[in-house]
Amino acid sequence: MVASRAIGSLSRFTASRTLRSPGYICRYFTRSSTLLARAHVNYGVKGDVAVVRINSPNSKVNTLNKELQSEFVEVMNEIWANDQIRSAVLISSKPGCFIAGADINMIATCKTSQEVIQLSQEGQRTFEKLEKSTKPIVAAISGSCLGGGLELAISCQYRIATKDRKTVLGTPEVLLGILPGAGGTQRLPKMVGIPAAFDMMLTGRNIRADRAKKMGLVDQLVEPLGPGVKPPEERTIEYLEEIAVTFAKGLSDKKISPKRDKGLMEKLTSYATSIPFIRQQIYKKVEEKVQKQTKGLYPAPLQIIDVVKTGIEQGSDAGYLCESQKFGELAMTKESKALIGLYHGQVLCKKNKFGAPQKDVKNLAILGAGLMGAGIAQVSVDKGLKTILKDATVAGLGRGQQQVFKGLNDKVKKKALTSFERDSIFSKLTGQLDYHGFEKVDMVIEAVFEDLNLKHRVLKEVEAVIPQHCVFASNTSALPINEIAAVSKRPDKVIGMHYFSPVDKMQLLEIITTEKTSKDTTASAVTVGLKQGKVIIVVKDGPGFYTTRCLAPMMSEVIRILQEGTDPKKLDSLTTSFGFPVGAATLVDEVGVDVAKHVAEDLGKAFGERFGGGNLELLKQMVSKGFLGRKSGKGFYIYQEGVKSKNLNSDVDSILASLKMPPKSEVSSDEDIQYRLVTRFVNEAAMCLQEGILATPAEGDIGAVFGLGFPPCLGGPFRFVDLYGAQKIVDRLRKYEAVYGKQFTPCQLLIDHANSLKKFYQ
Amino acid sequence: MTSILTCTFKNLHSTSKWALRFFIRPLSCSSQLQAAQAAQTKSKKTLTKANVRNIVVVDGVRIPFLLSGTLYKDLMPHDLARAALTGLLHRTNVPKEVVDYLIFGTVIQEVKTSNVAREAALGAGFSDKTPAHTVTMACISANQAMTTGVGLIASGQCDVVVAGGVELMSDIPIRHSRKMRKMMLDLNKAKTMGQRLSLISKFRLNFLAPELPAVAEFSTSETMGHSADRLAAAFAVSRLEQDEYALRSHSLAKKAQDEGLLSDVVPFKVPGKDTVTQDNGIRPSSLEQMAKLKPAFIKPYGTVTAANSSFLTDGASAMLIMAEDKALAMGYKPKAYLRDFVYVSQDPKDQLLLGPTYATPKVLEKAGLTMSDIDAFEFHEAFSGQILANFKAMDSDWFAQNYMGRKTKVGLPPLEKFNTWGGSLSLGHPFGATGCRLVMAAANRLQKDGGQYGLVAACAAGGQGHAMIVEAYPK
Repeated sequence: MVASRAIGSLSRFTASRTLRSPGYICRYFTRSSTLLARAHVNYGVKGDVAVVRINSPNSKVNTLNKELQSEFVEVMNEIWANDQIRSAVLISSKPGCFIAGADINMIATCKTSQEVIQLSQEGQRTFEKLEKSTKPIVAAISGSCLGGGLELAISCQYRIATKDRKTVLGTPEVLLGILPGAGGTQRLPKMVGIPAAFDMMLTGRNIRADRAKKMGLVDQLVEPLGPGVKPPEERTIEYLEEIAVTFAKGLSDKKISPKRDKGLMEKLTSYATSIPFIRQQIYKKVEEKVQKQTKGLYPAPLQIIDVVKTGIEQGSDAGYLCESQKFGELAMTKESKALIGLYHGQVLCKKNKFGAPQKDVKNLAILGAGLMGAGIAQVSVDKGLKTILKDATVAGLGRGQQQVFKGLNDKVKKKALTSFERDSIFSKLTGQLDYHGFEKVDMVIEAVFEDLNLKHRVLKEVEAVIPQHCVFASNTSALPINEIAAVSKRPDKVIGMHYFSPVDKMQLLEIITTEKTSKDTTASAVTVGLKQGKVIIVVKDGPGFYTTRCLAPMMSEVIRILQEGTDPKKLDSLTTSFGFPVGAATLVDEVGVDVAKHVAEDLGKAFGERFGGGNLELLKQMVSKGFLGRKSGKGFYIYQEGVKSKNLNSDVDSILASLKMPPKSEVSSDEDIQYRLVTRFVNEAAMCLQEGILATPAEGDIGAVFGLGFPPCLGGPFRFVDLYGAQKIVDRLRKYEAVYGKQFTPCQLLIDHANSLKKFYQ
Repeated sequence: MTSILTCTFKNLHSTSKWALRFFIRPLSCSSQLQAAQAAQTKSKKTLTKANVRNIVVVDGVRIPFLLSGTLYKDLMPHDLARAALTGLLHRTNVPKEVVDYLIFGTVIQEVKTSNVAREAALGAGFSDKTPAHTVTMACISANQAMTTGVGLIASGQCDVVVAGGVELMSDIPIRHSRKMRKMMLDLNKAKTMGQRLSLISKFRLNFLAPELPAVAEFSTSETMGHSADRLAAAFAVSRLEQDEYALRSHSLAKKAQDEGLLSDVVPFKVPGKDTVTQDNGIRPSSLEQMAKLKPAFIKPYGTVTAANSSFLTDGASAMLIMAEDKALAMGYKPKAYLRDFVYVSQDPKDQLLLGPTYATPKVLEKAGLTMSDIDAFEFHEAFSGQILANFKAMDSDWFAQNYMGRKTKVGLPPLEKFNTWGGSLSLGHPFGATGCRLVMAAANRLQKDGGQYGLVAACAAGGQGHAMIVEAYPK
């Protein structure tokens, strides 16, 4: 030991011997000519441990693409061939990312399922070699370890992960409509047990390092380090590597066992799942649950269950074969293409196309501590923005502050925050009734009641106190921003920021720019939105902007369908079985019947007949009777605290009866009802693109799915047109047009696409 | 004499160091040779300031620091504090009625004696007309007690202050759970039998689970040992280095004990037990023995072990602080001046124990001294890893530039001047009492070895830190 220390210090670390734990020789010997520097994967040797470093060039993340894979295989072959190497450590040189997953484009470029099957089988073979390696391999995980990255990690003999918030493990494949296709479906159940493996693969949820340790997904945790004589991230990775090397040595010297002590619960679970009858029950239960949640619209979860089952019941050969086959099949499905499209769209909408604003927004003020205002405050303080929450009354303000506190406290209960962090975040929020301190505010977001006169008054009051550079953003769902800006002294600083309720849960933010809004103002709004963790679409101003405008014709159709005698429950089940997460009638209740009425009236005035169909009288009468939806306890349904099952509000029946219209039998089948709703939505979305309200179809899809709950399996209105066929949509519209008239007239853009076979996504 | 010198130096303040030295030499020739030689290399001959009262330590004592759970285990904190006070009275012969004020530091409070300073003072026979208060600032509580006293004297409120600290880790307040406490309090208020019964019916067995105090940060819930291990790793301090440093501390402490240098220790006759005369935590071992220990906090691969951490300790200390003129008038020969001091604080998560690194340059700058002016460093040793991490931080330009807003590194204290009579690792660390031990060690070392300036520094929970300059009283 002394000798090795001497060599170590002589060869390299004379000055900094103390920086390394003594005991192993720190020689990075590069075998001169044979070892060329590779682009993605390189390795050095510490003593008898090979340290394989993954670092894709010019990218923030490592993805398992073809080059990386082939380099990895080369490197591993060299390691296996080298007698002086007895064990290996796999580590990423990128802080915050181990391997973020397989390269999605690699799958997207495949034309046939056969090609995808081949990809899967190559992956399976590589990882099987890792699993069977006689030289122990330790995966040192810091940052995201997802999809293919996780499959790689669980093929290793040992896993060590950094215990920080950036380190997450998971199998998100299901969210892209595919399955873990490189042995994951086979290894995961063995490693964490069948129930936990199903949970991971069917939800795609991210698992934090400490949870992963408890589950047996990783064997050791390494605490993240603070600053030392170099930046914390850098040193933490170095430390992780040092620890991993010690464990690799320990494993190859047989001083450490890769086997893990299981807890009592784990032992019980593994005993239970060894009984075939219980396994069958688990499959059945999980299948039922998936059916209930997906309504059979998503093939991937069912296939995952099937593949896992095959592997466990028929052995791993059959399992691997089944995995690659199903992987190939799934990759070719419309659902997968739609979901992958959404993924790309989401990535796009998380980028700031407008650049950094001239002045960074540090101090934010929100007017109105209602549901929206408090929600916006919560997502702002959460990300470190100093926020003033202003309301007109002490009671209103108190309610809003309580909402923010509750939102944060719920995170504490879920262990996403500590109570101390909650307190320090909450202290960034200032509640007040006056404009004190507004002279230092960089952006004001107003979330007062949707009334133009009120918004005008507020705008004038605020402009009297805010500094010159301050942006005024209006959170409105339907009032045109240029009308609000009409009374502004500086309309270039006025912008719309349309949040969706509940703000802390809904990812979308629709930013609305008028002709006069300056680019810097837009950049400011986008930067703040991104900071708040939002997915952002930027649209032009107009009645209802994009999201509300698409929803309005569909809602009008909802009223007509109800008037034609379909009861709300039936309508809900028709819409949810089409893939909408919330039924149409329930949606009206959630949004608020008064809001729906308000919007329908406004947009009806702006767009005329095209937005007609249902009789607004229904909403008006409901409002007059106080049936405002969930907030008033009664809408189409009755809502009671603590009661889960919803009962229809029988008092609405009489209103419906008085407005009853005879259904048109030729367009009233279940399918027709669904398509009447969806085609009106899609047609209006296309109209928005045609009129330039929307800049790109991708933003349209993201807006519809993330803001309005358009079925994700269809990928959004534009992706839906591409996958379903523009001609078919136009045909449907024509059919309904023949019965109902103008409301279904297909827009020119759709007709063009139908005629030219053009697609929104090339 | 001193005041003349001070005036001279005041005027010279703007001139260069060279000029300063040039002046010192002729001056020193005329004055005592001994002092002159020491002062020759110093940036300042003394830290006396015009219009500021000189504050001196007349003397300070401590009862032996014992591993918790040993001989002091049946006592209460004020018993230990009282013993230290009695020892101080005996050592200094100060008339009790002269003392204007008493201040004690403590960390884990015994709820019955939450103002432990007052209870101890009354028990030790101080006048019931002498007020006393207790301060708490984690491991620098005694430092806070001293500097509070310094403040009282400097501002002219008091002339004579007794400062000290006490900690009894053998007995810590283990509480009922909040639910249980709530029920008991509600029961107290319940008026009718019905109310009482309905309250009792809500009782659940888990109410009985006790709440233990932990040496953990409230803000991060991280135990200090865990943080120390991470700190050591962040600065790449190896296990061997830590063990070596711990061994050094124990060996030096043993040597100092054997040579009778730990003169601040006063014997304590424990009621019903033997008289304790010396610290019992000094255990020089071998590196091999230490290497066998398993990590105590980050398992299984951490580097902080029981052997390279300070141990839970019972003990108390006390010191007599006076305005210089008062001390001289009373015929005392003080041991040292208490000079500039600073408190610092930083991130309680990742820099929990880096207080000395931040405090040292700040106090030196404040005093107008440099590292090379210091003859005796007395740093609180919470963990070997913490001391070594502080060394590496002080020796790093990168750290100084990126975290301290300095252009260059602080610089390393030379080991031959550093904790040469042992430290908290070996002597023990009764949280509230360590500060006085550090100051007395610095003062006694300066007296013994003939240096002029001592620097005391310590880290504390909450990510806080402290440093103070101690100047030897001229012989």
